[in-house]
Amino acid sequence: MLTSDYVPGDSIVHRARPLIKVGLLFLVCTWLFVQEGWPSSTIAGLILAALFAIARIPPTIIVAAIRPALWVLGLIFVAQLFLADWRFAGFVVLRFAVMILAASILTLTTRTSDLVDAIERALSRVLPARSAEAISLALSLCLRFIPRVRGIFEEVKNAQRARGLGTSWRALVTPTIVRALKSADEISRAITARSPETPAGRHVR
Amino acid sequence: MIRLDGVSVRKGDTLILDTISVDLAERRIGIIGPNGSGKSTFARLLNGLEWPTRGSVRVDGAPTDRVSALGKVGFVFQNPDNQIVMPMVDEDLAFGLRKSGLSRSEIGERVEAHLERFGLTHLNERRTHELSGGEKQLIALIGVLVMEPAIIVLDEPTTLLDLRNRRILVALLDQLDQTLIIVSHDLELMASMDRLIWIDEGRIRGDGDAGDIVRAYREAIAAEPC
Amino acid sequence: MTNDTTRDIVLIALFAAIMAVLGVFPPITLPLVGVPITAQSLGVMLAGGILGARRGALAMILFLALVAVGLPLLSGGRGGFAVFLGPSGGFLVGWIVAAFVVGLTIERLWSRLGHVNAFIACVFGGIIVLYAIGIPWIAFAAEISIAQAFVGSMPFIPGDLIKAVIASAVIVTVARSYPIIASP
Repeated sequence: MLTSDYVPGDSIVHRARPLIKVGLLFLVCTWLFVQEGWPSSTIAGLILAALFAIARIPPTIIVAAIRPALWVLGLIFVAQLFLADWRFAGFVVLRFAVMILAASILTLTTRTSDLVDAIERALSRVLPARSAEAISLALSLCLRFIPRVRGIFEEVKNAQRARGLGTSWRALVTPTIVRALKSADEISRAITARSPETPAGRHVR
Repeated sequence: MIRLDGVSVRKGDTLILDTISVDLAERRIGIIGPNGSGKSTFARLLNGLEWPTRGSVRVDGAPTDRVSALGKVGFVFQNPDNQIVMPMVDEDLAFGLRKSGLSRSEIGERVEAHLERFGLTHLNERRTHELSGGEKQLIALIGVLVMEPAIIVLDEPTTLLDLRNRRILVALLDQLDQTLIIVSHDLELMASMDRLIWIDEGRIRGDGDAGDIVRAYREAIAAEPC
Repeated sequence: MTNDTTRDIVLIALFAAIMAVLGVFPPITLPLVGVPITAQSLGVMLAGGILGARRGALAMILFLALVAVGLPLLSGGRGGFAVFLGPSGGFLVGWIVAAFVVGLTIERLWSRLGHVNAFIACVFGGIIVLYAIGIPWIAFAAEISIAQAFVGSMPFIPGDLIKAVIASAVIVTVARSYPIIASP
């Protein structure tokens, strides 16, 4: 998963303003669908390769970014081979790969905080300051929670296995969610404790 | 100084703390007591995380619903996983300062300075979920220290640590100039405090020299039927 | 920020994260329609059913916003703005409404919440409402008729019913052991 996979660097790709990168990503992905076909995906792929080179992202990290999607892409390729032909199948898979990598380069060259700050700044022009702050906090917290929820899920899975219980959906999901909710309430308290400037109604249930 | 005056906390039908009056002024104060004795609630009162049903909690004269009181008291939770709220270490350390009025570079400098003081600069660009348990506990503590509180309340800071990390944390706590109020089952740590308060069933059962209280506490537990 | 809003923000962020984690479970894609069956639609029912209408819908908006800015958090590592333009785009946007409707239904049934009621809420919001938004979009994007799109979506119904069974069981258990919607 591409959460916080930031690779430090000082290239133009790193230094480009986050919202410009987001905007370009939007445009490229939209373009890949509007002008769908081999030419657009190939051009986008070549530009992307150049950007990866400029940003000096190690190939291992690029491979790691695409690896989780590889088998799905393989599946899609095989399916399209039957439905259409190899040209179309190849194009669909290439387009997916280009989109995933275009999304990764944003994450790999942009710090979470910079991206969130940029979004917050953009939103603060249209929303009241408090809402914009709340949104940026929610974004950061979500990125923080993803590995935490996975950790809790793994713990629950191991515990169920150790107790010889089956790993049915229900046996895994319910305890994971209850633990995650408890952890979330403790995190709410921690946020409150770490925000001395907000004294009102501090005591949480 | 923190002053509790006739403090009771009631939740539903349960009286968690019962008319506690105490002044907390020593540099190292320990709080011990069995599970469910009310000592966590006691700790949370000091930072306004709990509010007394009766009585008052004041920090240098200001009640704990005032910014002036809360800014003086930092709180370190037992499980650092629940205290660290940002994906990157430097972002998390800066979290408490985000509304402090300091500029971004001032915040960055202060975070760096604190990491340097404890020889942890190498953690600055790390992802918080990849830290070891011991590193997480240290980062959670430094996240409070950057706020420069006069008093730090720690809830079971050593419970989740192995022996080596416990030693590192205790050594770090020793270096701090702040007043420390530590809730813990770690009797070795508790015995080193300047003053120890023993809470049982919502009341103060013992208060005074750490060595004496630890001894009395051990004897009382040993005397209980199993 | 008062405490209740802090708690709301944390819970919304948590369920957006739960959506992302559910995305790690491999999806099954039916080639003809191109709509993947994913564990994530389970998350939609859970978000509404556990957090309630407002927070559930906001969790979906947050999750989709992260997807939109390019994080590949959808199952199969998909992400970026383009997924909203693909065949399943209508279902993604529909998640917001689906979570809201599941939440609203659960809130209405809260005092007599049981497995049957929770299942009805999940089927209503998480399947009927969701498909009512998703199907017209497939029809439009793939240039087929609503009827064809509907027939093409049928294979997903059994999977979704199973997910509604699981979600309703989880919602009822969580409502009893750690209630969020009507916590005192």
